[in-house]
Amino acid sequence: MEALFSAAIGILTACGIFLMLRPRTFSLVLGLTLLSYAVNLFLFASGRLRMDAPPLIRDGALYTDPLPQALVLTAIVIGFGMTAYLVMLALRALAESGDDSVDAKEKT
Amino acid sequence: MSDWSPAHNTNELIMTQHATILPILIPFAAALLQLAAKGYGIAAQRSIGLISVLLGAAAACWLVQLADTGSVQVYALGNWAAPFGIVLALDRLAAMMVLLTALLSGAALLYASDGFDERGRHFHPLFQLQVVGLQGAFLTGDLFNLFVFFEVMLLASYALLAHGGGMARTRSGLAYVALNLAGSALFLIALGMLYGTLGTLNLADVAQRLQSPDIDIALARLACILLVAVFALKAALLPLSFWLPHAYAAAGAPVAALFVIMTKVGIVSILRVQVIAFAPATATADLLDGWLVPLALATVLFAAAGALAAPRLRDLTAWLVLASAGTLLLVPALPQAMVTAAALYYLMQSTFVAAALFLLAALVAERRGELSDLFQSGPRLHAPWLALAFLLAAASAVGLPPFAGFLGKLMLLQAVRDSAPAAAIWSVLLFAGLLLMLALAKNGGRLFWERSPDHPPAGAHRVGWRRASAVALLVSPALLLTLFAQPVSDYASRTAAQLHDSQAYVSAVLGTKEIKREQRP
Repeated sequence: MEALFSAAIGILTACGIFLMLRPRTFSLVLGLTLLSYAVNLFLFASGRLRMDAPPLIRDGALYTDPLPQALVLTAIVIGFGMTAYLVMLALRALAESGDDSVDAKEKT
Repeated sequence: MSDWSPAHNTNELIMTQHATILPILIPFAAALLQLAAKGYGIAAQRSIGLISVLLGAAAACWLVQLADTGSVQVYALGNWAAPFGIVLALDRLAAMMVLLTALLSGAALLYASDGFDERGRHFHPLFQLQVVGLQGAFLTGDLFNLFVFFEVMLLASYALLAHGGGMARTRSGLAYVALNLAGSALFLIALGMLYGTLGTLNLADVAQRLQSPDIDIALARLACILLVAVFALKAALLPLSFWLPHAYAAAGAPVAALFVIMTKVGIVSILRVQVIAFAPATATADLLDGWLVPLALATVLFAAAGALAAPRLRDLTAWLVLASAGTLLLVPALPQAMVTAAALYYLMQSTFVAAALFLLAALVAERRGELSDLFQSGPRLHAPWLALAFLLAAASAVGLPPFAGFLGKLMLLQAVRDSAPAAAIWSVLLFAGLLLMLALAKNGGRLFWERSPDHPPAGAHRVGWRRASAVALLVSPALLLTLFAQPVSDYASRTAAQLHDSQAYVSAVLGTKEIKREQRP
């Protein structure tokens, strides 16, 4: 499972960075979204991967670390809000310049 | 629960106990009230905002007094002791930065209340939320909580940067937001690695865990350096500093004035993690050695070159912010308390002065009409007080005696005299100071003295009491910090001494009890 999980994070990160470096705001938004998926998965793994275990400490029983789940939840909410704002800003830039490239000049 | 709850001294007054969270709660409550008061017009929002900054400043003064007892005040949010719960930790450094933010935000809000706040929607709640993020970032003792406050601060700053509208703001806002989102992703990766290797995100506990022999040193170092890289992005260290001049010059004047403290958040964060966590552990003691000083010096030179080429006063001021950020970034790599103390004094004056110059640039631009604050000869300004304020701020910014900038730079140069890179630091800082002085003198003369016959004299612009007092509040520290240099630099020395006693911080936050840890694969 570790290999599959880390490969997924790696591919998401690589795609995210590639898209972020594209000259259009649409791909920039997509790239940042993919990157935040990768980061969320990565955070999730920081408490170690463990199957079929509840995030509760009981005597002797196996448990999974609950803290990364709380961290991921916070990160998802924040990332979601930020991405929404970025989309709005990109739309405004598109409306003002008629072009969605990241360094467009003002419409003349 | 009883085992983990912090031992509170019952003799302590309840209020003193809760004082630490006031700088966060006051602006947060104000933001909510302002949203609720939207129907009552902008005047209601303004009054709430001004009351909030007044209360915030009063609370900050109280915190400075509380922190000056010398002990680190720990406030356990949710009453769970560190490292299990999130704590706020108030030491002298945090109190000083809280007071600085309170004063700066007060001046910026006064200025903005004179019409700027009506150029877009929701200025006032966003402004208060930005203050929440700033104060939280200075006070928190938990790295994930630091991330959350960074995001609060950034989200508000994204919207404030776009306030007032216009293509330049949208465009630079887009780059600023995208860059900071990438920075946030890096921050989370660093935190994930830190939690994965050390099993904790509490700063004091991180400091303790870094010293334990059973950690994966390579991974821990990687996590720490990623963390420093994220803070360096906020602090605008050279390869990560190209966003700053565009974003700051595009922002409206009071917003730019408030943004001046944002680079300081990055610098103070680097300083704090380095001095408290990284330096005492052998695994990470050499983390900043060899690269931070050259990069910081390069930042200073880059900023000085940018200042020479700046076409407008607001651009020039943005480059000045970058120059002072570069100067301050020297400090985390030089571990002596004396250097830190000098830098803290320098930090105070450079924050006020840069903010003042942003406001002055807007006032000058308003009088010159379509020439704006471009460095071209134009109409006569009829505003001797404006020229005088500019002279004071500019002289302090470049470090001319007898102003606070001179004292700050002198103390810093004297403090680094015994460190290895002293020759490089001295020559770069003095040379950059000369370039900045050239830029400000040449262009200031052009703005205030050179008159071109093509332009009729500027019409009389009335500057209301709010904007005048905002400028006065920001320019006066250039003089006041000189007059009261002794008590202020004494406080800075005590701050630095407390910061460098990292063991005291760790034991104040964690207590003396042994922390039981799980064994992780």
